[in-house]
Amino acid sequence: MITLFRKFLYGDYGEIEGGTLATSSSREWPLWEVFIRSKQGLDHKHVGSLHAADAAMAIENARDVYTRRMEGVSIWVVESKNIHASNPDDANALYDPANDKIYRHPTFYQLPDELKYM
Amino acid sequence: MDTITLAIQFQKKIDQDIKIEPRDWMPDEYRKTLIRQISQHAHSEVVGMLPEGNWITRAPSLRRKAILLAKVQDEAGHGLYLYSAAETLGITRDEMYQQLHTNKAKYSSIFNYPTISWADMGAIGWLVDGAAIMNQVPLSRCSYGPYARAMVRICKEESFHQRQGFEILLTLSKGNKAQQKMCQDAINRWWWPALMMFGPSDNDSPHTAQSMQWKIKRFTNDELRQKFVDVCAEQVKFLGMTLPDKDLKWNEAKQHYDFGPINWDEFWNVVKGNGPCNKERLSTRIQAWENGAWVREAALAYEEKKAARQYSYDTENKTNQVPVS
Ligand SMILES: [Fe+2]
Ligand SMILES: [Fe+2]
Repeated sequence: MITLFRKFLYGDYGEIEGGTLATSSSREWPLWEVFIRSKQGLDHKHVGSLHAADAAMAIENARDVYTRRMEGVSIWVVESKNIHASNPDDANALYDPANDKIYRHPTFYQLPDELKYM
Repeated sequence: MDTITLAIQFQKKIDQDIKIEPRDWMPDEYRKTLIRQISQHAHSEVVGMLPEGNWITRAPSLRRKAILLAKVQDEAGHGLYLYSAAETLGITRDEMYQQLHTNKAKYSSIFNYPTISWADMGAIGWLVDGAAIMNQVPLSRCSYGPYARAMVRICKEESFHQRQGFEILLTLSKGNKAQQKMCQDAINRWWWPALMMFGPSDNDSPHTAQSMQWKIKRFTNDELRQKFVDVCAEQVKFLGMTLPDKDLKWNEAKQHYDFGPINWDEFWNVVKGNGPCNKERLSTRIQAWENGAWVREAALAYEEKKAARQYSYDTENKTNQVPVS
């Protein structure tokens, strides 16, 4: 189905046999993912992507596109091909085991109500 | 898993309002519909800069210039958010540009009308951005995650567009006779094309049912158009102007405004490429693309040269990697 299209989706890079894959034949600027720290003390958060020839240009463009209204105080950019993603089909197998280990949650333990500060 | 099981699971997720993300399985038709819709939406944002760009140097004051410039810059950003969202579906940016430049992809017909007076900047902000907002707010709940997230961002920025437009008209409406006439004239010319922005009537819109089932669309074209008419019919009173429709009348029983028939022949004619500015808009875009070719090439060549130099540096001096945080 995806073979209809030339481009590969996030996280497909490097997982294809042979490791890396040839980029599309057109001379398109590479794609970058943009992460923004909205204010000091918070994590960087993914906000979108853009094309740029290099990292400096990606940061400059990210500033113009994603922070025109004081949306951030710090920008990270990473070339999309360097992002590796888990497979959504594996989600059940990957995240399910946490469900039957409820003793990992503090609410699992029955203690007297009178017990304070715990 | 076979396709039928996957398709059933897919629809179940949609029904439960679980968003679809780029790497999730999705029916080919869902992917194609989204690529078509999002890319056309992106093209509209980009072509939409042209009618307004026409007035940046001629805006009547520095304040208006700065505002119009900021608005047009926002539209460029909207185009970019949307192109990025479409790219997550597996089409490249160049392919989308190609489709636009070869007339395979459409953009909103409204941008094929000329902007002949300053009042048009007001009418566009009020009516064109207004209609866009009416369309885009429900799209921010669309089932496809990247599209919905792009729309949230866009909607936040759009409201200033509509308000600055209305402010332009309000100022003109309080001006002298000539300014008032200019204001009414702009409303007269933009009203019907703005109503057409919602697309063909539900009876002539065969894909609506499927798009609603997939929660790409949340309301039909006619539902959104009716909402828009109801809102504008009230807003125009603040301007002391009228909407150019002799059939426009409040219907107490329906609790909606009745409005006159839309000239769909005009609509299809513009869609087919025969609007007043179709050729001009497209050739401007193509020219911009071709004029930018040497910049794109030069930036790539520079980057490649830099990367080669960096590579020889890195291999000689082992760099110490520290985690970022
Ligand atoms: Fe926009
Ligand atoms: Fe806008």
